[in-house]
Amino acid sequence: MLRYIFKRLVYILIALFIIITATFFLMQLAPGSPFASERDFPPQIEEQLNAKYGLDNPWYIQYKDYLVDTVSFDFGESMKYKGRSTNDIISESFPISLTLGIEAMILSIGLGIFLGVIAALYHNKFPDYLASTIAVLGISVPSFILAGLMQYFLAYKLDLFPVSGWKGFNYSILPALAIAITHAGFIAKLTRSSMLEQSSSDYVKMARSKGLGKWTIVIRHTLRNALMPVITYLGPLTAGVVTGSFIIEQIFAIPGLGRHFVTSITNRDYTVIMGTTVFYSIILLFAVLIVDILYSVIDPRIKLKGAKK
Amino acid sequence: MKKSNLFLMLMLLALTLVLAACNFGAEEEKPASEDGKKEGTEETTEGGPKELNLVVASEPPSMHPQLATDSTSNAVLKNVFEGLTTVKDGEVIEAAAEKVDVSEDGLVYTFTLRDAKWSNGDTVTAEDFAYAWTFALTPENASEYASILYPIKGAQAFNLGEGSAEDLGIEVVDEKTLKVTLENPTPYFLELTAFKTYYPIHKATAEANDTWFAEAGDQYISNGPFTLSEWQHGGSMTLEKNANYWDADNVALDTVNISMVESETTAATMFDKGEIDFLGAPYQSVALDVIDRYKEEGILNISDYASIYVYKFNTTDEIMSNVNIRKALTLAIDRQGLIDNITKGEQTPATGMVPAAVKGFEEDRGYMKDNDIEEAKKALELGLQELGLSDASELDIKLSFNTSEAHAAIAQFIQEGWRTNLGIEVTLDNSEWQVYLDKLSNLDYQIARLGWIGDYNDAYTFLEMYNSADNGNNDTGWENAEYTALLEQSNKEQDPAKRLELLKQAEAIIMSEYPVAPIYYYTNLSVKKDYVENMELDALGNIYLKYVDIKK
Amino acid sequence: MAKKEWQFEKIEPEKFNMVGMKQDESEKLADKSVSFWREVFLRFSQNKLAIFGIIALVIIALLAIFVPVFSPYSYREQLGIYNAPPSASHWFGTDDLGRDVFVRVWQGARISLFIGITAAVIDLIIGVLWGSISGLAGGRLDNIMMRIADVLSAVPYLLVVIILLVVLEPGLLPMIIALSITGWINMARIVRGEVLSIKNQEYVLAARTLGASTWHLIRKHLVPNALGAILVTMTLTIPSAIFTESFLSYLGLGVPAPTASWGTMASEGNKALTSAPWRLFFPAFFISLTIFAFNAVGDGLRDALDPKLRK
Repeated sequence: MLRYIFKRLVYILIALFIIITATFFLMQLAPGSPFASERDFPPQIEEQLNAKYGLDNPWYIQYKDYLVDTVSFDFGESMKYKGRSTNDIISESFPISLTLGIEAMILSIGLGIFLGVIAALYHNKFPDYLASTIAVLGISVPSFILAGLMQYFLAYKLDLFPVSGWKGFNYSILPALAIAITHAGFIAKLTRSSMLEQSSSDYVKMARSKGLGKWTIVIRHTLRNALMPVITYLGPLTAGVVTGSFIIEQIFAIPGLGRHFVTSITNRDYTVIMGTTVFYSIILLFAVLIVDILYSVIDPRIKLKGAKK
Repeated sequence: MKKSNLFLMLMLLALTLVLAACNFGAEEEKPASEDGKKEGTEETTEGGPKELNLVVASEPPSMHPQLATDSTSNAVLKNVFEGLTTVKDGEVIEAAAEKVDVSEDGLVYTFTLRDAKWSNGDTVTAEDFAYAWTFALTPENASEYASILYPIKGAQAFNLGEGSAEDLGIEVVDEKTLKVTLENPTPYFLELTAFKTYYPIHKATAEANDTWFAEAGDQYISNGPFTLSEWQHGGSMTLEKNANYWDADNVALDTVNISMVESETTAATMFDKGEIDFLGAPYQSVALDVIDRYKEEGILNISDYASIYVYKFNTTDEIMSNVNIRKALTLAIDRQGLIDNITKGEQTPATGMVPAAVKGFEEDRGYMKDNDIEEAKKALELGLQELGLSDASELDIKLSFNTSEAHAAIAQFIQEGWRTNLGIEVTLDNSEWQVYLDKLSNLDYQIARLGWIGDYNDAYTFLEMYNSADNGNNDTGWENAEYTALLEQSNKEQDPAKRLELLKQAEAIIMSEYPVAPIYYYTNLSVKKDYVENMELDALGNIYLKYVDIKK
Repeated sequence: MAKKEWQFEKIEPEKFNMVGMKQDESEKLADKSVSFWREVFLRFSQNKLAIFGIIALVIIALLAIFVPVFSPYSYREQLGIYNAPPSASHWFGTDDLGRDVFVRVWQGARISLFIGITAAVIDLIIGVLWGSISGLAGGRLDNIMMRIADVLSAVPYLLVVIILLVVLEPGLLPMIIALSITGWINMARIVRGEVLSIKNQEYVLAARTLGASTWHLIRKHLVPNALGAILVTMTLTIPSAIFTESFLSYLGLGVPAPTASWGTMASEGNKALTSAPWRLFFPAFFISLTIFAFNAVGDGLRDALDPKLRK
């Protein structure tokens, strides 16, 4: 296992290198600059700005700088937010997104698996239809519509929650729900389908014939095996959710990290683009690694080294 | 199995720990300040601390007066700093300066500073102004707005790396006297000294710490009616009344809470729920969705705004180089219909290049009629002939705009008008902002939208950009020698009436060649709670919180 | 100790009655020789929800084809009645530019259904192939293939879209390209996960030892057993494609305005939630209905195709 993890770390480094390279060249290709606005300024000033932020260097120097930045994990000063370092931006906003993301993940996993199990246990009966309908609604109503509706009805009309901001647990409920519901719907569908597959397999029949109760079987046998696809989905999803959602942060005015992924690009704030991308990539690559390790924890038959013996 | 249960337990434990460790923003501080707010509102009725709650659309990119470029930063800077002059009720009045003497040739301005203090108690000196202005002009500091200081003698040369700081027309006579020499007599110079790039900065602090402006706190020293006391990046800002401000007795508010709320819809809901006291530019804007409702409720304020929404024509394009085609397209726009049904803000249909909010341009100059289909058809026919085309459907025209639902709606309305009235099929071309700017400056478009907001209340700011095809803000490829000459003349003219006449002549020229189709002059929409008083927008869209009061 | 265990494991005979088929029934089944696909069809047609799904999809498709042709209004015609609520002449009301929402919903259905289904099919093909090859091969190839997927999902998508925006003329093709760049990754990951757990099962090992080719393994063993997860993932792909389309159109990559799509109508309608809720409700309703119908059909198909669920 350790050998496997070490090998994967090497691959993670290679992947990270490719991500940085690709992002760098995409940034170079994209038109615009961090200083562009509808109001033009003299070319001499633009030169000064470029010199100040190292944008006048040839591309290979700039490329090298980003690689050095990544190794030292110091991405330099934001080109849009004057006097602010990319590291500060990430370290101030990430805890907020992380808190919200974990809340949303707990909600979506709890809700999703619950609905999925109910639906599978009562396959093609009323509880199945009800749970599936809720799940499908969750999938087909996107978070931005859901967020708007919840904000208008629950926060404004019924006055149950604050409209926006981030000043306590109260403020996190609606955004966490808005993020969670789509994912919960999908997790429910996924759980249902793989539970159904498991429920007709031999070991479940065996367990049933041993006289174990329905729920005992679910908890001790089926669910465990049925979670395989769910965990596959959860890995990258967690990486995405804990680093924040642009739309939800925008609607609920949450000072999280998610908005920086989008605004840094629309601002062409190169240092922040690179910083957030590397940060997200590391979280994603490790989340995927954890998923692979979890596979063999859940199903010992899965051998990570590959089956070609 | 046991092993995996243990594993799951551990994971759960880890999650709980993380959750416990995470803070919700500033949980420890915030509840306290929330309590404070509640007490505050109760006390206000008894004459206690007065708080005003506002929202802005984004994190201000820079709180350095000389480096800031955008309206959000400006909305805050306007209230924490103060220039030599300021604007009240549309008139320029003295602020940090007590007295202004202008030489007879209009070239030398002598400002006598009043006995004003910085927020840390230091005296505001002429040196602070000179330092700030020189900072903005120093090429290495790369201030994007430095060009607004160009009327000062030697400023342009120094900023572009051709002169030196010693040759600048900025002279510190003594601690209280600042003498400024100009390149040309600039009749609107006292408008400029109210602009953010002309604000002073505290020299000692700025020299000691080159990122003094990045955080709130003791090092953020300002000379305006308020101080920046808290700044949670991306979340909120708090302004406190500046006890050291020279006119502190006339500042009513004690605290201003500014939250950053990006969504207009959210901001409107916050206003409806009473979480904020005022909504409208520059403190976010009133969403289209709620305009009609606020109008019905009778709380919508509409004020003129010195800014203009235009469609530019690329005069280097094969089709758009034809003046008659440009004329036809310009005339066949139902501006009033657009305003009544789509933009809804009671904007003024623009039939000239200078907004009606600008002094001397209040009256319609009669260059054209709104939605003049008859004339448009005549011009179109002429244009088609000149292009050697027989039918309008042969024209292949693309209308570009940048990503925004409002621009898209306006474009679709005008597109349909051109199709039904002139028979011209226009394709809409929507692109991301920076891609769009790139297209614009490379003249890679045919028709493109742009908004222009005046920096100072003078026609020159709306006409200057077309003085040469090379002007970075022109973007149309159009130029006219006579036009350029008139503008130059206006800069040297000292008699305001004659100068106005020159500017109007220039406007008439550009309005006869149609490099630009004016659409409407913006208005600023706002709503406020009844207890908020004196919260008025000036023609440049600024709000001075200094004058605002709350009477509950 | 052995004795004890024996006692514990003693099984009461009646327990055997609870599960499994009766002797005569199983012989009955053996008698009939029904082809696989006929059986699938029979089982599918017994599933009421699935039949409802099919009917709903057919109706939506017919409306999308015929309403824009026969409607008295066109999707771009501005009628001068702005934000009017639903009425006899405008069943779904009008929008901010005074256009009939009913005809726009069905005009939009054309684009959204096309985008949703095309994206789903492309994601399905790439995702299933990528995931199953990766999972089956294991080792270095698996590692490389999955890291490629990681790289693609980590590189800022918005930047890629901006480059596409510069390089390509807006329209359906760049839209499909933009949707396909990352759309399949989820599918590939899920299929790989399934393959990993299936491939070490006895029957697959058996097939392998008997010399079955990789392609045969994918087709006959892996895909059928991962079918449930694949179908579920597809049902997520369609709505996400519909809404990504609206985001991409907003950025300027899609079919230019005034052409409608459900996604753009819903996101514009969302901004008019309080003043003209019908502009959000109708497109959102039909998106949900379509997804629901696809889901019902997918679930029905899965049940019908699953050999283990045979009764």
